[in-house]
This record gives sequence, structure tokens and C-alpha cells, in this order.
Amino acid sequence: MKIIRLTINGQGVEARQGMTVLEAAQEAGIYIPALCSDPDLEPYGGCRLCVVEVEKMRGQPTACTTLATDGMVVHTETPEVNRIRRNTVELLIADHPMDCLTCIKNQRCELQKVAAYLSISERRFPRTDRSLPIDNSNPFFTLDRNYCILCAKCVRACDEITVVNAIEIVDRGYESRVSTFGDKPLFESICQSCGECVVRCPVAALVAKDAIQPMREVETICPYCGVGCGMYLGIRDGRIVSVRGSRENQASNGRLCVKGRYGIAEFIHHPERLSAPLIRRNGKLTETSWDEALGLVASRLASYSKDQVAVISSAKCTNEENYIIQKFTRAVLGTNNIDHCARLCHAPSVAGLAQSFGSGAMTNSNSDIGDAACILAIGTNTTETHPVIGFNVKKATRKGTRLIVANPRQIGLVRFADVWLRQRPGTDVALLMGIAKVIVDEGLHDSSFISERCENFDAFKESLKGFDLSLVEKITGVPQNQIAEAARLYATNRPGAILYSMGITQHSHGTDNVIAIANLAMLTGNIGKPGSGVNPLRGQNNVQGACDMGALPNVYSGYQPVSDPKVKEKFESAWGSTLSPTAGLTISEIFDAAYQGKLKALYLVGENPLLSEPDASHVREALSRLDFFVAQDIFLSESAELAHVVLPGTTFAEKEGTFTNTERRVQRVRKVIEPLGNSRADWLITCQIAQLMGGKDFDFEHPSQIMDEIAQLTPSYGGISFERLETGGLQWPCPTKEHPGTPILHTTKFTRGKGKFIPLEYKPSVELPDDEYPLVLTTGRSIFQYHTGTMSRKVKGLNIFKNEEQVELNPEDARKLGIADDDTIKVISRRGEVTAKARVTEASPAGVVFMTFHFAESPTNLLTNPAVDPIAKIPELKVCAVRVEKIVQPS
Amino acid sequence: MVITTTTGEPVENNIKEQLDDILSRYNKGRESLIPLLQEVQERFGYLPEESMEAIANFLKLSNSTVYAVSTFYAQFKLTPTGKRLVKVCRGTACHVRGGARILREVEKRLGIKPGETTENREYTLETVACIGACALAPTMTVDKETYGQMTTKKAAEIFSDQSKAK
Ligand code: SF4
Ligand code: SF4
Ligand code: SF4
Ligand code: FES
Repeated sequence: MKIIRLTINGQGVEARQGMTVLEAAQEAGIYIPALCSDPDLEPYGGCRLCVVEVEKMRGQPTACTTLATDGMVVHTETPEVNRIRRNTVELLIADHPMDCLTCIKNQRCELQKVAAYLSISERRFPRTDRSLPIDNSNPFFTLDRNYCILCAKCVRACDEITVVNAIEIVDRGYESRVSTFGDKPLFESICQSCGECVVRCPVAALVAKDAIQPMREVETICPYCGVGCGMYLGIRDGRIVSVRGSRENQASNGRLCVKGRYGIAEFIHHPERLSAPLIRRNGKLTETSWDEALGLVASRLASYSKDQVAVISSAKCTNEENYIIQKFTRAVLGTNNIDHCARLCHAPSVAGLAQSFGSGAMTNSNSDIGDAACILAIGTNTTETHPVIGFNVKKATRKGTRLIVANPRQIGLVRFADVWLRQRPGTDVALLMGIAKVIVDEGLHDSSFISERCENFDAFKESLKGFDLSLVEKITGVPQNQIAEAARLYATNRPGAILYSMGITQHSHGTDNVIAIANLAMLTGNIGKPGSGVNPLRGQNNVQGACDMGALPNVYSGYQPVSDPKVKEKFESAWGSTLSPTAGLTISEIFDAAYQGKLKALYLVGENPLLSEPDASHVREALSRLDFFVAQDIFLSESAELAHVVLPGTTFAEKEGTFTNTERRVQRVRKVIEPLGNSRADWLITCQIAQLMGGKDFDFEHPSQIMDEIAQLTPSYGGISFERLETGGLQWPCPTKEHPGTPILHTTKFTRGKGKFIPLEYKPSVELPDDEYPLVLTTGRSIFQYHTGTMSRKVKGLNIFKNEEQVELNPEDARKLGIADDDTIKVISRRGEVTAKARVTEASPAGVVFMTFHFAESPTNLLTNPAVDPIAKIPELKVCAVRVEKIVQPS
Repeated sequence: MVITTTTGEPVENNIKEQLDDILSRYNKGRESLIPLLQEVQERFGYLPEESMEAIANFLKLSNSTVYAVSTFYAQFKLTPTGKRLVKVCRGTACHVRGGARILREVEKRLGIKPGETTENREYTLETVACIGACALAPTMTVDKETYGQMTTKKAAEIFSDQSKAK
């Protein structure tokens, strides 16, 4: 970048080309009052406080909108400049409340700072009294327009950063105010409560409701989703009192969503946190000592044969913990019966992409989504489930990126899409093959990429013959011209990125869906370049890491197969024990085996399968048939209630470790407070059980030592250490201490050498609607809740937004069934029935009903189908047949 | 009572169809926003909330953005106005001679508060600081006509048709 030199107040200053005068001054430590500029927002020039004088320029330009140029001579403190500033501030404070001493922003207020700098000590203009309504409707923050100085930072944040546009400056002249559509309360508006506006407000107009000043801050990673946003947690008196986005974090650049910003402290400090180990005495869970609980667990687990025990690990736990848990399972329990909830989300990505590319992870990075010329978002409700990546996608469309949304439901991204393909649930293979067929038929494919980098193209091309567009239209319900339009958009606007999530994976043909996506990307050469790629968005905060660490029944850390003799030998000598070469049971198989009485004991860490697994009554029965069931969690979850021993683990804020986010970035999680009550870090608990059972090399004193062992045994993590992570995350593969990490996979060759085209057939979902069960149930998530709600439902404000299941159904179906909004209805499948409120909405297509799985009162997974994908063993959570009935309430 | 638009069609009945019809003649670019708002206002006499939502959807804008533009320009009306505008004076002179009682009576007769419009879109009620006819206080105007030395009885008579209409 070109360096330019300018003079500010007689001082020589260096700046980079493209910087504004304001930025150059700030970097040189020269203060210029400024109330409407923000490093994350476009220059605005609204407040006119940053006026300066520039030699050879007329008037007093605003420094925030004037580019610094070579040789420029700037004066920031001339009498005229200060006269203008003083006048401006005096006008601003003319109708400002001025109760600074009792104002929540006292000492942190930008207006105060500017007034002090300009030595303003009295009101010169008479006070114009106005008292505007205060909007208190949002549970997390307040909008008090009486303090507002109309800098528009909030409005611009909601426009430029989140691209929600919930707030605007409405009306004109003296009546101008920050408001929403129809001047409705924020809570009733489309506001997503991310707080990006609140953190930028210079005064006390937009303020967090529980704003407490922290004594110190610790940088860590959000525990709520796979985006892996960086955050500073503020502590005061042993409690977490504040959350602030970390601008240095490369995954998120300081952005946070509602859960990350406002959903942390309350669940960590919740009174229901487990604070002591529990064991079941006379049928009741009773508090006990760690010694007794651990002793019991160790002796009971030791009493079963290898194939009678299984372990379920947690995608919420750190890498170090997942590594220790799988090491314990394999080296001490002697079995490969270990799995975790990735089985329920991205097992098909791991399996499918391994076949096509050789490694099953997001190929590109969060930040390069913006570089795409076209984005195909299929089976992902990105703005709800990965909100900060959702910001990036929407922002990209503003800058001209074409967006194709393929989703049966009218999700938030549809508003930004060039084309919306509304396929029937479960017909993605047909849709993607149809798109591929158009691309090949019209010669839009990248022949040189295909011939140089891929193999098996001819067989694939042959298989496209089965996907005549009229047939595809019949299967998917998407008109042919839309399919063709999408194909042309994606093939001709390169680079093109494909984003997908559980709408693709949670099917009995989930692996095929993933392969269809991989085929499409290879077909257009959209692999290995910035802004391209196949990007599975991982759900839980560390689900990528839990997979990487080998919390899977068939691989050690770094996807090294348990069946490979060389690998087995390596781990046997490292761990000093004999290991099993046969793959263990997957999650669903674990529950089946428990149900059949073949599996006797289960060690469950940080998961709540009663709500997350399909066919929940089967899971409940399986858990209660166990001879010995130990659950380790931070709350007594619905599943843990059935356990014989419950061990209190800690939240992410009470331990050291790392998470690996969806873009393979290994990031440092730091201990912010001591473990609450008598809880212990999960890695320590597992190590202690292992040691009691005679396990060797479990005497770690700090998770950094565990990472050192991981690095030694895991090629893709070979260069990763806590020391290196101090300065920022590293994206694997990172094989050596010198390696800078890998933002984009498969740049010059695929992990497996050549990318493999795999021919596909369309297979319908296992359970299709019929006369008895005429509707399709599809499931998903809400931005305001997380997974089975164990954490997020402890946060009052999040519950205010969504605290009960709402079954979404199309107006047409609702009319036929005589159902109106808020009616109580019963959803019935072959496996069970669930009662919930109805929400009639065009967002759901006719014939399809939608539910989330966050709520124990309406356990959606009583209904879902446990039929699994033959390769990835993921259950078909996205499609099952149901019937809906209205419950007539006795009046 | 059927509420009609300026072109004589019923408003709320088929607002959606009418909007679809209007929208179908525009480009989806942001430059269509103001012409669209103008046409919708011409059709309905004001900008119903659902019309702003529909325009937002059509132009891929947020509803708040459309609202901001609608409130920025004085030409746009966000509430329906009645065929006739009633102004009750709240100036000092009128106040001293019982203006408040007159306002209460008018509110009662029309069934609305200042700033509102009767359901049948006959009248919109407003208050004014002074209409400059203090000698006649208490006063009131209906469109261009001024009524002086008002009494509650007079007010009741003036709006007698309204109570029948309801
Ligand atoms: S909280 Fe987020 S979505 Fe809501 S107004 Fe602020 S920036 Fe916009
Ligand atoms: S609410 Fe705050 S950020 Fe928004 S315009 Fe007012 S002062 Fe600026
Ligand atoms: S997007 Fe995900 S990681 Fe980021 S703040 Fe929200 S929940 Fe946390
Ligand atoms: S900071 Fe430059 S005009 Fe406000």
C-alpha cells in the first residue's frame, strides 16, 4: 500500500493511501472532535465537528470525508475551525437533557468529551424543551430519543453492517427522529436485536439496559454458533457484566449477534447451574463429593466389557476436551464407541466432501464470502442460524453479488435474492443435478478446470441425462425457467460460493446432497479461489473441532482412520495402550444398542439427546434401560435428569482451551472467571476419571499441554500451539510451526489429488405424505434460541422474543384445517404427537409445516423420522409426514 | 357504509389486488420508490401501511426505509383524511369562552379525537391555536366555512348527519 506524507499542525504524519484526514490524524495521535464517524462505517460528514482547514483548499472541509493526500498541509485548531465547532455543539446541547452526573453514559459520552474539549461551560441558546417518547420495548436496550443527536450512526450500522434496516431517520426538519416502520416499538419491528447500533451510539440515546462498567476484560470466543465471533467479556467482582465484539478477530471483525452480545452472562451465572456432583440415591439425584462421584463412575465404567460402553462427546466443549474424551474412550475404555452431535448436522459433509475432495470442511473463509460474484445459499437460513455470516451475505448483495436462494421456506435472505428456488423439501439432488445439466448443456462449465483438476467427469455427465428439466420441475416443484436462470447466474458470475447447512445434510440422502453440491462447484471451477468454494456452515460453536479431534467412531484426531494399521500403531505407541481397529457405534446406533440392552453404560458430555435426536420416545426408553448412565453438563438437562451420576462441568468462560469455527479457524478460549460453585472444567473431569481407571498420560496441568499432544499426533494441527494462538486464530491445515494456516482449501490440488465427480440418482425422502399424514414436517432454528435451549432459554430477554414453539403453516392449509394464528394445534406423526401454537404464514409453502427443536414443552423430535443416511448415518430430521389437528379448547 | 377511494372503488376490500396491479407496472429498482408512493397515494388518498410493506417487498427494501421516505416528503399522507376538515379553535379567547366544551362535543359527535378521521372518511378533526376570529369566540371551521359563537347544541346540529350515518 502506498505511503503518503502530510503535515498536520506542523507535525509530519505518515498515512496509507485511501485514509481520510481524520484517520491519519487519529493514527498520529492528534485529536479531532468527531461525532458521526466510525471505523466500520462509510464516511458520512453529518455532524460537522471534524472540520479542519487545509492549505490550498477553500472553506473548512470535514476531515472524515476528505482523503489524505501527499503533501497536504492540515490545521485542526484554527480559531475559525473552533468557532464552527463550538457553535455546532452549542446547538446540539440546546435541547439535550444535560443530566450528565446521573446519565448512564457519564464519562463515556462522546458529546461530553467534545464539549469539554471545546471548553463549553454554559448553555448559550435557550433550552428548547421537548420530551419524546422513550422506546423501552426491547429487552436488552433502550432508545431514548431525548438524548439523540441524530448522528445516524445507529441507522448506518443497521444499514451497512447488519443490512437489516430496522431503523431509519424518519420525518424531516425539527421532527426528525430515529424510528421504525410506522413508528412502532423496536420490539415489534424487524430489528434483530444485534446491538450493533447500540455500541456505536455516542450518547445515551441507545444504551444497553444492564450497562455496568467492567473492571477488566478478557478476550475469548462466543459459545453460541460456528461463526466463532471474537468477544471481550468484562468482569467485575467475579461476575461477567459486559460483552464487546473484538474488532481484531478475523472471523467476525467485531460483529456480534443477539445471542453473543446479550445472551452470555445470564446463563453462566444462572442459579440453576449445577454446582456439585449428584448421584442417584433411592431414585433421587442427591449432592455428593467429587471423590465419591468420580470413584463411582470409574469403578462402574470399569465393570463392563469394551463393547458395552459408549461415550457421547460435545460440540460445545473445547478441542482439548474432545481430544481427551476420545483418548479416554479409546485408550482407557478400549472402544471406538464415541460420537457426538455432528452426526445430526454435518456428518454428510464430512463423508460427502471426503469422497469428492478428500477433506470435509468449509473450503473458504467467512471473510471472503464478500468476494463472491455469486452466492448460492441452499438449505441454510443463514440470517437466523449464522447471523454474522448472514451480515456478510447481505452486504455482498449490496455490492453487486448475485444471490440465489434455494429453500422451501421464505427465509430472510429471500428479500436479497435475484432468484428464489422454492424446491419441495427433500428434492435437492434433483434440483442441483438439474442446474448442473443446464450448465453442461449450455456449455457454461469450466472445461480446463475439469480436465486439469478433476476425474470421472464423463460418468457424471452421463448421469445428468436422467435429469431432464421437465422431470426436475415435476420432482422439485421449481419452474424450469427458474432452474435455468439460477444455473446461468451461478455459472457465469465467477467466483461463485455455495453456502449450505442442515437443509442439505439432514436427509436420508444427505451425503448425496453434499456430493451434488461438490459436483456443481467443480463443474464451474469454483474451488480453490477467494470467493468460491463449498461452504458447509457448521452449527455449534465447536462442532468442527469435535470432528477434527476424532470424537467420531471411525477416526482419530485429524480424520486418521482407526482401521489403518499404521495409524493404529502410531496412537498405540503414543498412548501406551492397545487400541481397537474396528469402527464404533454412531449416536443413533448407541441408542439402538441401549434400547436392545446390548449397551450397558453411557458417558454423556454436554449434550441433550432427548431433544436433539429424532424419535425422542425411543431415546428416552433407551436411556432409561441403561445399567449405568453418567451425564456431565452445566445444567440438569432433560437427558441428565435420567442419569445415575451427574458431573457439573463448566461453561466456556471458566476454562482455557480452543474452539475451531466453521472456517477451520482454531481460536483461543480463555478463562474469564473461576469455575462456579463446585464445578470443574470438563477436560479435568475426564482426565480424573481416566486416571482413576489407570489411564496413562492423563496428568495434564493445563489445556495447552493437551494441545501440544494434539499437534504431535495430528498432521493438520501440527503447527498449532497456545503460544501461537495468542496473536490470533489459525486455519487448519497448519502442519508446521512456521505454517501460516490455510484460508482456502484445494488451491492447487485437492486433498485427495483430483476432485472426483460422482454420478447421482434422485432418491425420495423415506417418509412421504399420504392420506393419513398429508403434510411434510421440516425443522429448523430461531435466531433467539440455541439448540435444545439449555443455555439460551436461561436468558430472559431471548425468551421474550421466542419462548414457545410456533408451528408455521401456510394460509391455504390453515384454511382447510380451520386453523388461525395462535390456535393450539396438535402435530401428529407415526411416532408421536406434539402440541404447540399455530402461526399462519406465507413463509411456509403449502403442504409443509415448520417447527424448531428448541423447546422441551413441544419436543419436535418426538415426531421426526430416525431413518438414516446409509453412509453418514444422519437421521432424516428435515422431512417426515405429519397430520395437523386443531385442539378445540373448552370455553 | 362502503369506503371508497378517490376513483370511487372500495379501499380495504381488494387493496392487495390493486397494489399488485400498480406494482406490476414498475421496475424493481430503488428509483421506482417515489413514483410508486405517488401512485399509491393517488389511488387510496393516503399510504396504507400494507401498501408500504408491499412496496418494500417489491423493491427489496426494508419497510422502515420506505417509511422513512414516506415521512420525509410533505406530499405523502400516512393517515386517511376525510372529505371535510374540521378545525376547533383552542386559542385563549375561545378557551375563556368554553372552547374546550365545544371540542368535547365535536369529539363526541364525530367519535374521534383530534388528528383522527371518521371511519366513513367524512371528517378529519384538528385543533388550531387561533383562527383569528376571536371576536366570534368560541369558533370552529369546517373547510372554508367559519362558525362563531358556538354552543354545544350548535355543534350537535352541524354534525347531526354524522350521528345518523353511524
Ligand atoms: S439492534 Fe441490530 S437490527 Fe436492531 S436496530 Fe440495532 S443494528 Fe438494527
Ligand atoms: S440514537 Fe445514538 S447513534 Fe442513533 S442517531 Fe441518535 S445519537 Fe446517533
Ligand atoms: S454469530 Fe454466532 S458466534 Fe457470532 S455472536 Fe452470534 S451466536 Fe455468537
Ligand atoms: S465526524 Fe466528520 S462530520 Fe461527523
